[in-house]
Amino acid sequence: MARYLIGRLAQTLLSMLVVVSIVFVLTRLSGNPVLLLLDVNATQRDQEILTHHLGLDKPLPVQYVIYVANIVVGDFGNSIISRRPVVEHIWERVPATVELGFVAMFLSVLIGVPLGMYSAVRRGGMMDSGARVFAVLGQSMPAFWLGLMLILFFGVVLGVLPAGGRGTVWHLILPAFTLGYFTSAAILRLTRSAMLEVLGSDYIKFARLKGLHEQVVLWKHGLRNALLPVVTFAVLLFVQFLGGAVVTETVFAWPGLGRLILESITTRDYPIVQAGVLVLSALYLTGNLCVDLLYSYLNPKIRHAGR
Amino acid sequence: MPAVSHRLPWFPGAILLALVVTAIVAPYLAPHSPTDGDITRKLIPPIWTERGDWEHPLGTDRFGRDVLSRIIYGSRISLAVSLVAIFVAGTLGTLVGLVSGYRGGFADAFLMRLTDIGLSLPIILIAVVMVAVSEPSFRNVILVIALLLWPRFARQIRGETLAIKEQDFVALAVVAGRSSAWIIRRHIFPNVMPTLLVITTLQVGFVILLEGTLSFLGVGVPPPNPAWGLMIADGRGFLATAWWISLFPGLAMLLTVLAVNLMGDWLRDHLDPKLRQVGGRAEVLEAPTTAAVGRGPGEAPAHGRAAAGAAVDGN
Repeated sequence: MARYLIGRLAQTLLSMLVVVSIVFVLTRLSGNPVLLLLDVNATQRDQEILTHHLGLDKPLPVQYVIYVANIVVGDFGNSIISRRPVVEHIWERVPATVELGFVAMFLSVLIGVPLGMYSAVRRGGMMDSGARVFAVLGQSMPAFWLGLMLILFFGVVLGVLPAGGRGTVWHLILPAFTLGYFTSAAILRLTRSAMLEVLGSDYIKFARLKGLHEQVVLWKHGLRNALLPVVTFAVLLFVQFLGGAVVTETVFAWPGLGRLILESITTRDYPIVQAGVLVLSALYLTGNLCVDLLYSYLNPKIRHAGR
Repeated sequence: MPAVSHRLPWFPGAILLALVVTAIVAPYLAPHSPTDGDITRKLIPPIWTERGDWEHPLGTDRFGRDVLSRIIYGSRISLAVSLVAIFVAGTLGTLVGLVSGYRGGFADAFLMRLTDIGLSLPIILIAVVMVAVSEPSFRNVILVIALLLWPRFARQIRGETLAIKEQDFVALAVVAGRSSAWIIRRHIFPNVMPTLLVITTLQVGFVILLEGTLSFLGVGVPPPNPAWGLMIADGRGFLATAWWISLFPGLAMLLTVLAVNLMGDWLRDHLDPKLRQVGGRAEVLEAPTTAAVGRGPGEAPAHGRAAAGAAVDGN
């Protein structure tokens, strides 16, 4: 277990280093930032001063080390456009992204679990086929298109929900659903199979033999036992929402991290792009690590391996 | 699991056939040029609406370009980008998987760590930044997708290779003095083909969605190419007045990906009974319950990451 834990931890750190390196290489490939920072009338001398000031006259390996060292202590530099520290920009946007991810996770569990339970109980019935269609569609639909169509229907045609922006609870519904649809389909399938397994077990048969009310059997004895994998999965989802936030946030003009990254790409504010990608990736990788550890803890096969 | 039919599924089959034919004969099928519009005929709605015009069955966009023609030509982009990207990723991934599985030892350990790292990256995010920084173009989109996709192939092919390596005919070939390259080419590769075909099909849908997402965000196929994702982005500002610009390319994409995914599921059920348990999309969807099945200690968590990657695909 300890060996597995250390290995997994090391791998996460390595992955993070790879992300950091990719971002470093990309931003160095993307042209001379000095030319972006200065206006057209800047003299050769101005350029040299700025190049030196940014540390761009040092050899690349040295730049890389400085860059990694700065990240480790949480210094991402200043925004090219606003001149404010990048960290401030990031922190402003984190709450919106987390809020959206959290609501989307909640929503997908709320949709997926009951639907999954029902299709397990009424296996092969109308509901089951319906749920299957729902799940298959969820995997094939481009999320950005779904978002636009939801805006079209609920925002433009019906006019009952706001088309974008952040503010009231109503603003959350469409983006959260867009983000959560695919995963609610996944949760549905997961609940269904877990539930089918549980329903075939002896203690459910016994509970029924005891003459317990069917609803009690299903919700108390059934769901409670089927829920464990679902809950683990839901935690994982939350993390993925952070990674997938770029698309949904763009469609709904949601002022989160993903949109910040995309905006900064347009304005070529690379320090923000770098930091944004690193923060989202770090959240994503840490989340995956947590889920893996949780899995391995829950799975005795791994917990006892290497003892 | 519903009863598995052994006939080729007609619905996805028909759609895919139609798509491929459309892509091939696009110039003969499309009524107008996909890139040149008549600005005097902009924003014409589809025929079944009041102001509809037979000249443009699905309407025109803000530059007066025919939406139907653009969708027809767009099928070429979707297919070409996804097929080339998957070919590159598949070749690289298969090569890594074969070598890693057959050689074992240090090469295996090194390549699999690399694969693990590749699988753990937030794909969409990295892809967006990679293409954005390197100027949007067909080549860059394909390269980036391929670069992010190969680990998915490598892991599965390696697993398959490990199993086939233990077979008697491989041992016989070794005893007969055949070289490793020969054995891999003649014995291992033909036997991983079914798995490769299944993974490939299951990835096509994902790649089409990924290309669409990148194009939609403005960091994919550059305009004025009629990529479906670009068209959907074009219509964003006109949702209230000209909904058809975004609606139809999205439908085309949905149908295509749906057909590919259904076909992939069917292939998986027929060609590769093993994948039904632990691989492909079944693994993703019925994740934790099937995770432990058929995996040794220490292997199961990899599945958590696979689920992670796949769930992100949808966003």
